[in-house]
Amino acid sequence: MTTPSTHLREDLDSVVIRFAGDSGDGMQLTGSQFTAATALMGNDLATFPDYPAEIRAPAGTTYGVSGFQIHFASIDIMTPGDAPDVLVAMNPAALKVNLDTLKRGGLCVVNTGAFTKGNLKKAGLEANPLEDGSLDPYRVLALDITKMTLEAVKEYGLGAKDGQRCKNMWTLGLMFWLFGRDRQPTVDWLKQKFKKKPVLADANIAALNAGHIYGESAEMPSGIGTYQVPRAELAPGRYRNIEGNQATAWGLVYGAKLAGLEVFYGSYPITPASSLLHHLAKLKHFGVTTFQAEDEIAAVCASVGASYGGQLGVTGTSGPGVALKAEAIGLAIGVELPLVVCDVQRGGPSTGMPTKTEQSDLLQAMWGRNGDAPLAVLAAATPGDCFYMAIEAVRIATKYMTPVILLTDGYLANGAEPWQIPDLSQFEPFPVNFRTDPEGFHPFVRDEDTLARAWAVPGTPELMHRIGGLEKHHDSGHISYDPNNHHKMTKVREAKIAGIQKDLPDAKVHLGEDSGELAVVGWGSTYGAIHQAVEQVRASGKRVSHVHLRHLSPFPPNLAALLSRFDEVMVPEMNNGMLDKVLRAEFGINAQGYNKISGQPFYIGELVAAIEARLAGKNPNQMYDAHGSAHGAEA
Amino acid sequence: MTENPKLTRKDFASDQEVRWCPGCGDYAILAAVQRTLPKVGASLEKTVVISGIGCSSRFPYYMSTYGFHTIHGRAPAFATGHKLANPEVDVWVVTGDGDGLSIGGNHLLHLLRRNVNLQIMLFNNQIYGLTKGQYSPTSTVGKVTPSSPLGSVDQPVVPVRFALGAGAKFVARGYDVSKKLGDVLEASYRFQGTGFVEILQNCPVFNDGIFELITDRKTGPAYQLWLEHGKPMVFGKNSDKGVRFNQATFSLEVVDLGGDITEADLLVHDETNRTLAFLLADMPNVVALGVLFREEGPVYDESVRTQRKLAEDKFGTPDFEALMRSGHTWTVS
Ligand SMILES: Cc1ncc(C[n+]2csc(CCOP(=O)(O)OP(=O)(O)O)c2C)c(N)n1
Ligand code: SF4
Ligand SMILES: [Mg+2]
Repeated sequence: MTTPSTHLREDLDSVVIRFAGDSGDGMQLTGSQFTAATALMGNDLATFPDYPAEIRAPAGTTYGVSGFQIHFASIDIMTPGDAPDVLVAMNPAALKVNLDTLKRGGLCVVNTGAFTKGNLKKAGLEANPLEDGSLDPYRVLALDITKMTLEAVKEYGLGAKDGQRCKNMWTLGLMFWLFGRDRQPTVDWLKQKFKKKPVLADANIAALNAGHIYGESAEMPSGIGTYQVPRAELAPGRYRNIEGNQATAWGLVYGAKLAGLEVFYGSYPITPASSLLHHLAKLKHFGVTTFQAEDEIAAVCASVGASYGGQLGVTGTSGPGVALKAEAIGLAIGVELPLVVCDVQRGGPSTGMPTKTEQSDLLQAMWGRNGDAPLAVLAAATPGDCFYMAIEAVRIATKYMTPVILLTDGYLANGAEPWQIPDLSQFEPFPVNFRTDPEGFHPFVRDEDTLARAWAVPGTPELMHRIGGLEKHHDSGHISYDPNNHHKMTKVREAKIAGIQKDLPDAKVHLGEDSGELAVVGWGSTYGAIHQAVEQVRASGKRVSHVHLRHLSPFPPNLAALLSRFDEVMVPEMNNGMLDKVLRAEFGINAQGYNKISGQPFYIGELVAAIEARLAGKNPNQMYDAHGSAHGAEA
Repeated sequence: MTENPKLTRKDFASDQEVRWCPGCGDYAILAAVQRTLPKVGASLEKTVVISGIGCSSRFPYYMSTYGFHTIHGRAPAFATGHKLANPEVDVWVVTGDGDGLSIGGNHLLHLLRRNVNLQIMLFNNQIYGLTKGQYSPTSTVGKVTPSSPLGSVDQPVVPVRFALGAGAKFVARGYDVSKKLGDVLEASYRFQGTGFVEILQNCPVFNDGIFELITDRKTGPAYQLWLEHGKPMVFGKNSDKGVRFNQATFSLEVVDLGGDITEADLLVHDETNRTLAFLLADMPNVVALGVLFREEGPVYDESVRTQRKLAEDKFGTPDFEALMRSGHTWTVS
């Protein structure tokens, strides 16, 4: 029995699609075009690009598989979804790597043209999964996409290689048809992208159309129809898609504007932070200077040198780079100059898993320096939140003359979400007042309220002074080895950072009551998954609340009191237990971690299972530790 | 920079007690800098001295200008950032042979190749002074120190050759007690780009007398080859020695003038010739002093500013609202 393709579209609340193929198959482009089209349909969405570690892994291998997951819905969603409803597998390796994540009964679109003996072997498959029954639990749409693409682009006279390259657009065309998305934005984008080679634009557009026409006209196997996902009810306003690093870059630029400063961004390329440098390098006309330094040490040092010169010194990197910058960050703490350090975390230790996400730099950010060297630490919760937290980082750095570490991670950096373009009038400017008055000046005269020292920029008449890493006398700024003075200065540096707390909003209970059986406390990119997991558990009547921290040093003023009103505190983190340690140490409460250290974000299902286990008095970590892999994805 | 006749050497000295060991060559260098700055018309508020860590790097504390004593080896990076952010000021970098060529060798390389508009003085005492006398990257083979009781086996680096190799566009050498040090510093100051000056410096405590033959008033003239662009390479107390190019060995050799060798046989200094500068960098029996190499070229901080100006001209007044609305956007009502 076949389904006529003209049937009415079936309504779905939410769909998760995973595009997977060889690194050379253009899956990231396919994913981002599907994302753009989906945003225009008014769906809420979240994406998760899952890059292979190698830039050009040998074709057809499992470690060369590149994935892009998108979750879109008519309801409010916050994560790229757990198990996909649809898997698009462009070759055997992509199928092998991703099949067991696909929901049972889910739709599997496979390009049979890539299922050659050679490719099966490269993927390490003994038998052909198209024939050995592996796909029986799923609905399968097996098509020779390679052949149909070559057919569609024949008239453009491309070589076999360029012709084959169009198969991602063919697939996209088919997916657009399945989910009723508009092709025009992609057509426009292709024309722009291949402006200099119009024949490639035409061929890709032909492939896109051919995929769509295939869907319209071919007889689909039973159980495969077309779907629509109605608009989500988002708050009214103007929206765009935004990725975390882009939001951070914009936040830095706008934060500097609020402070009345220019931005100096010193950086050394490192995954997943490099795109911060790329974004900022394009914004020179916004008063941004970018400096690609010879290493991370030079990058941070140049930024501190720029701060001494009256600009906003910013440096961005990932965990290994933060390790290299530690000494210079310590100097910035000692000489009390503003500095924003963006740490886009990735799997560690050492080089670890560069393309995978993790939250394992929290303790490094808080304490990873010699001496008593406190600073402010912030964390963004979503890609769009990076914008707000970058502004907050600039505010704290300039108001308190201190380094601030802003923690994001690979998942936020590359993940996209629809973002309501903020009304800029909501931001109060926080202009910097450079010191110009010589009366009573020395470099360590402090503002009584904030304890920030005076910021006097070289070039200013009559304020000549010397600063450096040697301990300074509290009342002159001159070098001092006086024991009491060192004690005093250490206490002042501590009090200055601790005093920021007065200036912070209270920790919010994002879901649930402000007391109860269990507080699930998160920070950073786990926001969406924790939120939705807590929501599900609460639906069964449990007294569980979600608290999410964006200020980690110092903590929000009410945090101790808030957490003390819960019987227990559970801290899910994508690391081996960090915030739970800090909460235990700071507040003496019994905070327990739930830890996933796989380089992958939390699934909602596994968090639901973990929270329920915790409520039942069990240790949820045993689920991971025993199996070493994510379970409960379908819960 | 306008000439400011009112300032004197004393105006550039801070009120801090200088804490180098008695007899340290750093005193003479400090004095030379404090003499030179009023002469070139520098002002106190527009002068910034940036140093790393080491005895030499205490320098900024003794100047009444702006100063930043940073961390070990990284002064070139701080200075680059500062100059980019604050182009109106004159930046002087102070570093040592350990600071600049060991821990900070990488940054020095990149500062020099970029040609940032600042001056860098490398105090070379061929020893780690501040940490009490270990051998440094410029120490000679066989140097006995607490960390090399049987003598160092490290091959030394020649600072000016390193600088030339890094692509530096101004490379000069002087020594601490030299009367001409001020002239060399002035030349580095007048140069548009990175002015690299190696200063041979005596450390009487941990490496006393290593340059004595060169710097001593009596023996010195026989070892000092002061270079002048366009002039034949003559030296010696009675101008009785010269430097000649030996074609057979492709190297420089010292010859005695008189007899059948005349000034016409000597090399004429051409400071725009990098190959010649390499040969001059490390000659046996004589030390080339003054400006070894000078070549005008693109200045990094200017290029960076030019690019920013281009972007500003191209994109016009920055409009943050428009930036956020660029690309695909949609309205939810
Ligand atoms: C990161 C770091 N490593 C080591 C030191 C110790 N240290 C201070 S100065 C110095 C060597 C200085 O030698 P040089 O640059 O030649 O300066 P000098 O004291 O001879 O003028 C060392 C190893 C330090 N301060 N910081
Ligand atoms: S140890 Fe040597 S270099 Fe350092 S101050 Fe004393 S004499 Fe000068
Ligand atoms: Mg030394």
